[in-house]
Amino acid sequence: MVVQQDICNGCGYCVSGCPYGVIDRRHGDGRANKCTLCYDRLHGGLEPACAKACPTKSIQFGPLDELRERAAQRLDQLHDAGVPEARLYGHDPDDGVGGNGAFFLLLDEPEVYGLPPEPVVPTRDLASTWKHTGAAAAALLAVAVSAFVGRRGR
Amino acid sequence: MRDDGSREELAVPRASFRSYYGRPVLKPPVWGWKIPAYLFTGGLSAGSALLAAGADLTGRPALRRAGRLGGFGGLLVSMYLLIADLGRPERFHHMLRVAKPSSPMSVGTWILTAYGPGSGLAAAAELLPASLRPTLAGRLLHAAGRPAGLSAAIFAPGVASYTAALLAQTAVPAWHEARRELPFVYTGSAAASGGGLGMLLAPVAEAGPARRLAVAGAAAELIASRLVERRPGLPIEAYTTGRAHRLRRASEYLTLGGAIVAVSAARRSRLAAAAGGLALLAGSALQRFGTFEAGVASTKDPKYVVVPQRVLLGRTRRDEALVLLGQFDGHVELSPECDQPDGRDWRVQ
Repeated sequence: MVVQQDICNGCGYCVSGCPYGVIDRRHGDGRANKCTLCYDRLHGGLEPACAKACPTKSIQFGPLDELRERAAQRLDQLHDAGVPEARLYGHDPDDGVGGNGAFFLLLDEPEVYGLPPEPVVPTRDLASTWKHTGAAAAALLAVAVSAFVGRRGR
Repeated sequence: MRDDGSREELAVPRASFRSYYGRPVLKPPVWGWKIPAYLFTGGLSAGSALLAAGADLTGRPALRRAGRLGGFGGLLVSMYLLIADLGRPERFHHMLRVAKPSSPMSVGTWILTAYGPGSGLAAAAELLPASLRPTLAGRLLHAAGRPAGLSAAIFAPGVASYTAALLAQTAVPAWHEARRELPFVYTGSAAASGGGLGMLLAPVAEAGPARRLAVAGAAAELIASRLVERRPGLPIEAYTTGRAHRLRRASEYLTLGGAIVAVSAARRSRLAAAAGGLALLAGSALQRFGTFEAGVASTKDPKYVVVPQRVLLGRTRRDEALVLLGQFDGHVELSPECDQPDGRDWRVQ
């Protein structure tokens, strides 16, 4: 995802909506910021600077399908080599956030890296939240009406 | 097998989790005091607008005046608080570029946009000087007062309730976990504060509906607030500990006290009604700051994120999970490895 910097008014809702604690508002600027995967470089046909600069190819950039395939192979390799704790994080399109555009090969539990172990998009409970909110709104209206049609009529 | 090397099971399992050097997983909300203050003024505005419309229809001019002016005054303060809290206040109108049902922030913007004109027009009609009344503009404005007030009252329940969805629809553990009860806490709080303002500003003879609205709202707020605390789940601990807990307890005392006054002395004494009204207003404000603070606290300690998600994954021993969730029942699993598919102990040393 990319923040439109000419539009963002710094309301900060994305900051509290992110289950990874990634996006934040920049002090002195007031707008939300996060890694853009070097949006400008991508438009120029280049890969993100971090992937380009990485001397060990620990950071790789490419089509997600290919990356997932490559990651699965690497994982098998590590497991065969006696590193059973190796695992992928954020690669599964069926997880609570629908998979990530950037995913990791970890050697321990995600929380050890400061990552949430089983993140879920807050919007998963959207219907339930609106339903309860609507019920509370209706109850308020009903209570207000009944406050005026009370028996005492005062 | 245990940290100390002994092979004996501990009577109560150690409640531990791992993190990156105890650093938070989430970013705390960037919102300052202005947002919980807005939660209060927005609710107050909505409660007052409902009271004003009812007073208008049932011939209670003093209560109508208090409600309309309180409603619009609350809205003006709300607008200031919301805009001033933005990182780029001069871009506040960018909110109106889109309408997104999945974002309570966007839905709320549109609810306030629909609510504002009625609230403003009703207040203007109320403030219309008698000397301008005979003019055409004066007569039009006077005639517009009732429909404008009713329009504000129609949207007022939305104004009072959407703020609960605004907080609940985030990754902030304490807010998200309370998503079922929070709307009732907030609409109850809005009714209590609106009723409290009516008790404070309108004479006793006209303030009957204000007292009834205040009592019903206070009851809803107190019950829903206690239901939040009874909900299982670690994030709820953020409501029952620290500053959030102190704010919410103070809120309970004030709201309860105000409600008791509303059903007793406020029916006879103007002074008692004013005191009860002030207590209800203060109780509502502290409730907003308390729930807000609980959410902030739940982003700062990684346990509120890691533990519930661990339990969700089923990779935590049952007894440990219960300790972490505050529901330990005394039953200890005898073979810690059996519940962990990978057979490793992930706990911190």
